[in-house]
Amino acid sequence: MAAHLSYGRVNLNVLREAARKELREFLDRCAGSKAIVWDEYLTGPFGLIAQYSLLKEHEVEKMFTLKPGSLPPADVKNIIFFVRPKLEIMDIIAGNVKSEVKQRSHRDFHILFVPRRSLLCEQRLEEQGVLGSFINIDQYILDLIPYDGDLLSMESESAFRECYLENDQTSLYHAAKGLMTLQALYGTIPQIYGKGECARHVANMMLRMKREFAGSQNQILPVFDTLLLLDRNVDLLTPLATQLTYEGLIDEIYGITNGYAKLPPEKFIQKKQGEGGKDLPTEPKKLQLNSAEELYAEIRDKNFNAVGAVLSKKAKIISAAFEERHNAKTVGEIKQFVSQLPHMQAARSSLANHTSIAELIKDITTSEAFFDNLTVEQEFMTGVDTDKVNTYIEDCIAQKDPLIKILRLVCMQSVCNNGLKQKVLDYYKREILQTYGYEHILTLNNLEKAGLLKLQTNARNNYPTIRKTLKLWMDDVNEQNPNDISYVYSGYAPLSVRLAQILVRPGWRSIEEVLKMLPGPHFEERQQLPSGLHKKRENRTTLIFFLGGVTYAEIAALRFLSQMEEGGTEYIIASTKLINGTSWIKSLMDKLEAPPF
Amino acid sequence: LLQQNWNWNSLLFSRKTDLYEMGWNIGGLRDCLIAAAPYGGPIALLKGSQRSERSHSARPVLEMYTSSGVPLANFPWKSGIVVDIGWTVSDYLLCIQENGTVLIYDILGNYCRHFNMGSESQNSVTEAKVFHSAYRTGVAILTKAYRFSVVTNIDDQKIWRLPDVPGLQTSGLSCWTVISQDRQTKLVLASGRNIYVLDNDSCTSVTVPGLDPDVSSYFHMSASFNYKYLALYTNTGCIWMGTSNLKVPLKYMILKCSYYSCIMVFKISSRCRRPRSQQPSVVLMWDRLLLVAGKNNENDELYLVPELDGVRIIGSKSHEFLHEVPATCEEIFKIASMAPGALLLEAHKEYKKESQKADEYLREIKDQNLLPTAVEQCIEAAGFECEPETQKMLLRAASFGKSFLSNFSPEKFVTMCRELRVLNAVRDYTVGMPLTYVQFSQLTVQVLIDRLVFRRLYPLAIEICKHLKIREFQGVSHVLKHWACFKVQQKDPDEDIAHAINQKLGDTAGISYSEIAAKAYECGRPELAIMLLDFEPQSGEQVPLLLKMKRGQLALNKAIESGDTDLVYTVVMYLKNEMNRRDFFLTLRKHPVALSLYRQFCKHQEQDTLKDLYNQEDDHQELANFYVQESYQEKVEVRVAELQKAVDEYSKARNEFAAKATEEQIKLLKFQRKLQDETDKPYVDHSLHDTVYNLLLEGSHRHAEQLYKDFKIPDKRYWWLKISALAEKNDWEELEKFSKSKKSPIGYLAFVEVFSISEQFNYLIILSFLMSLREVEQAADIAIERKNENDLNLVLSRCNQSTDRSLVERLNKARSGANKK
Repeated sequence: MAAHLSYGRVNLNVLREAARKELREFLDRCAGSKAIVWDEYLTGPFGLIAQYSLLKEHEVEKMFTLKPGSLPPADVKNIIFFVRPKLEIMDIIAGNVKSEVKQRSHRDFHILFVPRRSLLCEQRLEEQGVLGSFINIDQYILDLIPYDGDLLSMESESAFRECYLENDQTSLYHAAKGLMTLQALYGTIPQIYGKGECARHVANMMLRMKREFAGSQNQILPVFDTLLLLDRNVDLLTPLATQLTYEGLIDEIYGITNGYAKLPPEKFIQKKQGEGGKDLPTEPKKLQLNSAEELYAEIRDKNFNAVGAVLSKKAKIISAAFEERHNAKTVGEIKQFVSQLPHMQAARSSLANHTSIAELIKDITTSEAFFDNLTVEQEFMTGVDTDKVNTYIEDCIAQKDPLIKILRLVCMQSVCNNGLKQKVLDYYKREILQTYGYEHILTLNNLEKAGLLKLQTNARNNYPTIRKTLKLWMDDVNEQNPNDISYVYSGYAPLSVRLAQILVRPGWRSIEEVLKMLPGPHFEERQQLPSGLHKKRENRTTLIFFLGGVTYAEIAALRFLSQMEEGGTEYIIASTKLINGTSWIKSLMDKLEAPPF
Repeated sequence: LLQQNWNWNSLLFSRKTDLYEMGWNIGGLRDCLIAAAPYGGPIALLKGSQRSERSHSARPVLEMYTSSGVPLANFPWKSGIVVDIGWTVSDYLLCIQENGTVLIYDILGNYCRHFNMGSESQNSVTEAKVFHSAYRTGVAILTKAYRFSVVTNIDDQKIWRLPDVPGLQTSGLSCWTVISQDRQTKLVLASGRNIYVLDNDSCTSVTVPGLDPDVSSYFHMSASFNYKYLALYTNTGCIWMGTSNLKVPLKYMILKCSYYSCIMVFKISSRCRRPRSQQPSVVLMWDRLLLVAGKNNENDELYLVPELDGVRIIGSKSHEFLHEVPATCEEIFKIASMAPGALLLEAHKEYKKESQKADEYLREIKDQNLLPTAVEQCIEAAGFECEPETQKMLLRAASFGKSFLSNFSPEKFVTMCRELRVLNAVRDYTVGMPLTYVQFSQLTVQVLIDRLVFRRLYPLAIEICKHLKIREFQGVSHVLKHWACFKVQQKDPDEDIAHAINQKLGDTAGISYSEIAAKAYECGRPELAIMLLDFEPQSGEQVPLLLKMKRGQLALNKAIESGDTDLVYTVVMYLKNEMNRRDFFLTLRKHPVALSLYRQFCKHQEQDTLKDLYNQEDDHQELANFYVQESYQEKVEVRVAELQKAVDEYSKARNEFAAKATEEQIKLLKFQRKLQDETDKPYVDHSLHDTVYNLLLEGSHRHAEQLYKDFKIPDKRYWWLKISALAEKNDWEELEKFSKSKKSPIGYLAFVEVFSISEQFNYLIILSFLMSLREVEQAADIAIERKNENDLNLVLSRCNQSTDRSLVERLNKARSGANKK
């Protein structure tokens, strides 16, 4: 079921199995039939760990969504609340429990806090007078969730906002705890590098927690050689740019949540003869996207312009394979053909799905609006006219294009110009307020706080220096057979991934100057290994942790580096959340808007 | 030689091992309450406590000894009259008093706590029994009114009053016992010829199967060590034995049960008045045989302690262990035994004598392929022997045999050597814990270590942990922690103790300094507690104790250090309740992390506090944002006031842009309200853009124009806005008028775009429109692209043949192309 997690260099299924075991143990602790009341936010992440069948095996008969008021009727012995430790949620639970008590039901109540117990919440339950009603209060430590064979996510949507806007480092604490869990399963990571305030904080906590576990030395041969912690605010530019890989575009256009994408259904109708145009499905088509699907694994990280060729080649191979049946003469040959049939059919339906998705995307990428938008983005990234009011942005505002699209562009201009001149900044802000409403003054304020919008100070614009030193823009990009990570944005090489690349070779010392220009400290720490656990220097594995989110295009770039022969290291990627420019900006807004395109 | 202390008794061998010459110096065990803990535990004596001595003025004395009679503690008993004493599973002594109070002492005679058996028992407890089950100890009492109360677990002290037994008042109670099995506690009692089983809510009369019909009363009853079996001693001199549910007589079960499981002890004291003999005697029973142990010639009272695998016999001079000879030992040591183990032992003896016979014996075993069995037998037998010399002999034989085996796992041998060494160490006279291997296996190392720790035998406990290679945090650290907890109770200065503890404990894994600190705090040494807490690496452990000690500020520092925001929140909430507001805010100010967390809390929970907080900090920017946010929760009238406050705050924050923008917002809001009142259409909460757009749709060009001027909307945007609105409205007339009013700042293609997205999509209209603007070239481009003959003709007709020559040519070319199609 989750075999794809174990294909990679590091078997992440170990982590998933550990999580499943813990879940089973908790469920068994509440003997008898059960109903789970879900904090809705958690259902997605839990889906990556366990399906309903697992819960069912452990006598979970009903599932509800947490709502104020009384619980729906259910003939079960146990009611288990699966919740995040939030005070608002505690109040709802207290209400639920009180109404149950009033009805004199004889159910046992339990709480499972995800990812961690909270004294504060337990106090709140106590104040509400219901703490005593709970038989079990437990925590389910779910920090890093295995998302794919080389990908871990905390699925913490608001991590960036909390860290950089609200100075609430809860998610960093969980990140550090998650890294400790990883080290318990995969061995101590001997080298830690980092860049940024949050990275420093996480590293400090890890070293501190290591002391807490002092003595219980981990005797596992380390799987990871290096940990690289990167603050998202070291590279604010990358998520703002439109991702141009296949997976990146699916995420930009339709959004991928917890590994699933919801797509418009029209393109997926299987036309059967005789049925004609029956009623069209209205429900969006929900597709799971991960490396378990062979074809998807092959094309997900390609530049979208290279996807078509692969799809048509695949189509030929598959139809040729089906043609084989005519050549099958002997019984043995036919038998062999039939035995391959299921695999071929799966491949064919996979191909059909992705052809449809590619068509959907193509309709958008070939549109003028998409092209214009991309052109402006690329102008900014190459440093063209970043200090003036941009006419395209102006026109978009005048036509009231979606606000997030505008914010992405304006922020990008600001980042590429190391801040905007007062006049330009005020002009944009005023235009936005007048067009989209004055309430967005709070959102603009948030963007300024997070450093995405900035007033240019007297300091020189250092973006060109950074761009040139780190080779962030490559003119001769090869989208079909890439030789550099810049293919993921058709020219722009994500800064974050460049930092990772340079760290391996020739090392950060070569870019000291640039590192100083980027926010936050950079550092290196070493963790002592027990003697005898040192491993040879070949086949290095790096765990790279993005604090504040990572985009699919960045992941694609890192996978590209993993595959490069002279790359010398393979990457496992961890993040607080998988983001794109839209979801990211959205998380910083104080009022929500529809996504662009 | 080794068999000399064996007794052959019809079916099996039993043997008596001398454990210790008792080190105590007591006159005898008569007239005192005595209790010995199982698993080689300590012995307690309460001398001169009851009945006969009651009139004496001398106080009774409570004495505690190890199993070897080494004194552990003694003190005069100052409390009430004790009915019975007994040990808990974790070596605490329970003294049950007549008034129902149960006092608990530790093994060194320190008073720990007490509890009461309920008001019912007030001054009327006549009998009491202490009983054990896995990990817990219970107490059952009988009152003068023949009522029973039971506490099944002295740690949670829930008292169960059992139902009354009918007829007890008249026929009296002859004997009773407790059966504690599978979390259920039952009482079995005999009254006259009746046997009753009593549990929490019922009393059942039971007919005992297979019993002599002549029986008219029972003298005594006893349950086996594990409560699986029960024995009744009847007035006819019979002993009935059976399962403890009184359903199956044991004789049917002989083959099923293991010997160990049903050891029962009767102590038939003079109270029972055996018919013939006044001599008290001791009866010991296995499942199928009965032993009358020791013709005690000396007039000495004996005390029997049932154990898992035998019985300890404690006299005033000696301490012996009587048990059945385990099958393995029997096979090896039985005279002329041919068991593989016996042969191996013999072989080894011959080998030491350098005799060739060694080879003969060895061959004999090997020929039957029994060498592994032989080795295992020797290892196993070593475990059952108490004498180190015998152990060594057997183990050497095993080792000898092992050297002829290539793939025999050494684990068993090594473990046995290690564990025997430990057992020998604790059996030592000075320690006095006569544990057998079987008992040790059941007891587990952890419990053994705990017991040593209770006796403050820290060095021995640590050595054992190291020797058995127990994981640090279960072993050495655990012992060290107890040592440290003991240490903090000493009178030395705080610094010395803290230093000594840190010196010894260092960073040992699994050491919880906070537990030690908690102990220090309990002993009234908060300063020492704080010093110790400083060594604690886990903040999660430091913080709660610091809060308990009312060191909020320190707790806050530690919480922040840990990075655990939940901890920080916990401390912040604590401080909030403990301090006055001013000090609270000042404290937060010193800790930015705590401050921002508290802000988040307020944002969701206490909006008003948030405002105070910003005020306190003079954070005008945030205060302004706060008012903006607030304003959206209000009606329009109030909203303006809130926004005005925001304007003020933005100005104070020198955020001129925001101040101006908010002023504009107020202006717009007022305008919208007026409009709304006038037109009865919703305008409030629309952006400026949308307001103008709606006005244009409505045809209120005057108002739109006014907003355009008042709010200085840039021309470009206004043009876009206006043409889109007009297009949507299909107001071509107005559009044309507008387009001609002045030169379009956005070009004329924009018009085309607007048309193409409007519903009235018609190229003819677009083209004529463009041409009316004299934008012929653009019109031509569109027509050429569309390749529609009509369109092309229309454009051509408007072209000036002379001036737009190239254009005309292109159009003609396109037209001929379109024709061909």
